[in-house]
Amino acid sequence: MDLNTVWFLLIGVLLVGYAVLDGFDLGVGVLHLFAKDEHERRIHLNAIGPVWDGNEVWLLTAGGAMFAAFPVVYATVFSGFYLAFMLLLFALIFRAVSLEFRGQFENPRWRSFWDWAFGVGSLLPAVLYGVAIGNVMRGLPIAADGSLNVSLFALLNPYALLIGVLSLAMFVMHGAAFLAVRTDGELRERMARTTRAAWTVVVVLYVTATLATFFVSPLPLKAVVASPALWLLLVVLTAAIVYIPVSNRAGKLLPAFLASAAAIASLVGLMGLSLYPRMVPSTVDSAYHLTIYNASSTPRTLTVMLIIALVGMPLVIAYTAFVYKVFMGKVVLDQDSY
Amino acid sequence: MELDPLVLSRLQFALTVGFHFLFPPLTIGLAWLLVIVEWLGWKRNDEDYVRAGKFFAKILGVTFAVGVATGIVMEFQFGTNWARYSEFVGDIFGAPLAAEAVLAFFLESTFLALYLFGRHRVSKAVHWLSILMVAVGSTLSAFWIIVANSWQQTPAGYAIRGGRAELVDFWAAVFNSSTPHRFFHTMVACLVAGAFLMAGISAYLVLKNRSVEVARKTLKIALIFGFVVSVMALFPSGHHHAKQVAEDNPEKFAAMEGLIHGQSRAPMVVVGKPNGEPPTMEFVVEIPGLLSWMAFGDVDAPVQGVEDFRREGWPTPPLVPTFLSFHAMVGLGLLFIGLTGLGVLLLLRRRLDQSRWYLKLLLWSIPLPLVACELGWIVAEVGRQPWVVYRVLKTADAFSTNVSGGEILFSIVAFGFIYLALGALYLLILARKVQHGPEPQTPKEHE
Repeated sequence: MDLNTVWFLLIGVLLVGYAVLDGFDLGVGVLHLFAKDEHERRIHLNAIGPVWDGNEVWLLTAGGAMFAAFPVVYATVFSGFYLAFMLLLFALIFRAVSLEFRGQFENPRWRSFWDWAFGVGSLLPAVLYGVAIGNVMRGLPIAADGSLNVSLFALLNPYALLIGVLSLAMFVMHGAAFLAVRTDGELRERMARTTRAAWTVVVVLYVTATLATFFVSPLPLKAVVASPALWLLLVVLTAAIVYIPVSNRAGKLLPAFLASAAAIASLVGLMGLSLYPRMVPSTVDSAYHLTIYNASSTPRTLTVMLIIALVGMPLVIAYTAFVYKVFMGKVVLDQDSY
Repeated sequence: MELDPLVLSRLQFALTVGFHFLFPPLTIGLAWLLVIVEWLGWKRNDEDYVRAGKFFAKILGVTFAVGVATGIVMEFQFGTNWARYSEFVGDIFGAPLAAEAVLAFFLESTFLALYLFGRHRVSKAVHWLSILMVAVGSTLSAFWIIVANSWQQTPAGYAIRGGRAELVDFWAAVFNSSTPHRFFHTMVACLVAGAFLMAGISAYLVLKNRSVEVARKTLKIALIFGFVVSVMALFPSGHHHAKQVAEDNPEKFAAMEGLIHGQSRAPMVVVGKPNGEPPTMEFVVEIPGLLSWMAFGDVDAPVQGVEDFRREGWPTPPLVPTFLSFHAMVGLGLLFIGLTGLGVLLLLRRRLDQSRWYLKLLLWSIPLPLVACELGWIVAEVGRQPWVVYRVLKTADAFSTNVSGGEILFSIVAFGFIYLALGALYLLILARKVQHGPEPQTPKEHE
C-alpha cells in the first residue's frame, strides 16, 4: 500500500470521525429548533455543550490534512466552491457563538435569536456537506490546467441537493439517537420516535440517491460492485441501517445510536472508497481527474505527516474518550451549564 | 467598476486575520494566568483563588468561542482565496497547519470543556491539569501557525521543483531562522495581553469595591506577571527578533526602522514622518550610530537602506505603514513596562488600592496590548510585501484566479457585518460578566 493510498484512507478516517461526532452535534442543533420549552432547549444545548468544540476539530484536521497531503485538491475544491464554502463558514461561525452567547442574557428575544442562529448554523452545514459530496461524486468541470470554475447555482443541482437532504436526514437521525440515550422520560420517548421517523426518511432518500447515482455517475456504483472491500462495507451499512429501528423499538437506545454511527461511517466510507484512486473526478475529460497521485504532496511530506498522525491521533483518541466518559450519562443542568 | 481579486483577497485576509488575532492572545495569556490562579486555589485551598478561577474561566470560555469561530475562516481561506499559493507551498505549508490541528486544537478544545464544565465532576488535580492542557494546547497552536508563517518570512529546507516548493528537510523548514524569535515574541506578547486583561478587570472590581478580596489577589498576580513579560517583550525578545530581521529580511528592517539611505553608523530613528517619493524623513529625531550598534553589535556596521534595495532592483515594502506600525508598537511596548512597573511599585508601597487614577488607567489599558499585537503583525506581513514567500513567490502571483472580484466583495461585506456584530456582542458580554463580578463567597457554615 503506497503513501498516497494511506493518506487517502487517513483523510477518510478524519472525515468519518467528523461525520460521526459533529454529525450528532449538527443533528441536535436542528432538533433544537423544535424543542418545546426553555428547559428542553437547554437540555439540547448541554447534551453537546462539552463535546461539540472537540468534535468540530475533526473537520479542521481533515482540512489541514487535505492541505498537507493533497494541496491541489484543497486549492481546487476550496476556491472552486468559493461561495458555498463562505456560506458554510458563516453557518459554522453562528453555530459556534450562538451556544456561548445564548445564555448570557435572560431576554427572550435575545435567546430566540440565538436559538434560530444555532438551528440554522447547524442545518446549513448538514446540507452543504451532502451537496459537496454529491458534487464530487457527480464530477466537476475540472479543465486541463486543473482549474475549476463552477457557480453556486450549478453546485445546487438536483443530485447534489438530494445528497444534501440525505445528509441532513442522517444527522437528524443521529442527533435524535444521541439525545434519546442522554435524556429521560417524555423527551427520551419523543427522541426515540424521532429517530425512527428520521430513519424512514434516510432509507427512502438513500435508495433514491443510489438509483440517482446510477444515472448521474455510474462509476462509483461500478467500483462498489467490483471490490470485495466495498461489498463488505455495503453489508455493514445494510446491517447497521436495519439494526437501528430494531434496537430502537426494543428500547436499546445506546446500541441504536452506535448503529447510527456505524451507518454514517460506512456510508461515508463507501462514497469515498468508490472514488478511489480519484479524489475529484473531472466531467471534462478523465485525464483531468484529480487523483491521489497527481494532486498529492511529495513522499517526504506524506511520511512526515504520517509520523505526526501516528503520534498525535492515539493521544487524541485517548483523552477524547476520557472527557466523553466524564460527561456522558444523562444530561444534567448545573451551575456550569449553558 | 473593476473589482480586483488580488486587492480584495488581500483586504479580506487582513480583515479576517486581524479580527481573529484579537482573541488568541487573550485566550493564551489568560489560560497561563489561570494555570497559576487555579494552582494557588488548589494547593492553598484558598477560596478567593477558586472564585477568581471560576470568574475568569467564564471570560476564557466566551473568548475562546469567538477565537475558534473566526479561526476556522483562516484555515479555509488559504484554499478559497489563495489557491495558487496553496498549490505552490502546500508540500511545506500544509503540514504545520495539520500538525496544529492534531497536536494543539484537539488538546485545547477537549480540555477546555473539562475545565469549564467539569469542575465538580473530576478531582482538583485533574481539573488543574485541564487548564494546564488548555494553556499548553493554545501555546502549541501558536507554535505551529508561527512555524508556517515564519517559513514565509525566511523559507528554508525546500527546493523549487516542478513549479512548486518541495520539502527537502522538515526540521530545517520548521526551525527556519525566524521561527524561534517569532514564536517567543508572539508568546510573550500574548502573555502581556492576558496580564493586562486580568489586571484591568481586577482594577475595575477594586474600584467598584466588588469582591475586593479576590480582585486584589488577581491584580497582584497580573501586575507582577505583566511586568516581567512586558520587559521580556522588549528584551531579550524584541531586541533579538529585530536583530534577526536585520539579518534575514533587510528590506523589512530598513522600512520598519525608517532607514532610507544605507550607511555605516546608521542612526536609529526615534520619531519621524516618511514623506514623498523618493522618500525622505521629516520631523526626524534620531540617535546616530545606534541602529548599526543594535542591529549588528558594531557602530561601524553598514545597514542597508530602502533606497539601496531599490537601486539594486529589489522591491521594498510600503514604507509608511511598516515604519509607523513598528514605531507605534515599540512605543506601546515601553508604555507597558512603565505601566506595569508603576503598578509593582505601588504594590510594594501598599499604595495600590488608594491609587484610583492608576486603577482607572489599568482598566482603559486593556485593549492596548492587542493594538500592539496588530501593529506587530502589520510590520511582519506588510513588511514582507510584495512577497508572500520572501524572495520566492509574489503575493500578486498567489491569489485564486477562479474566484471573481464580485464573489470576494460579497464575502468581505458579509464578514464585515458578522465580525462587527460579533465584536460588539463580545464586548457587551464581557462588560456584563465583569460588572457582575465573581460569585459571592460561600457563607461560612457554623456547625
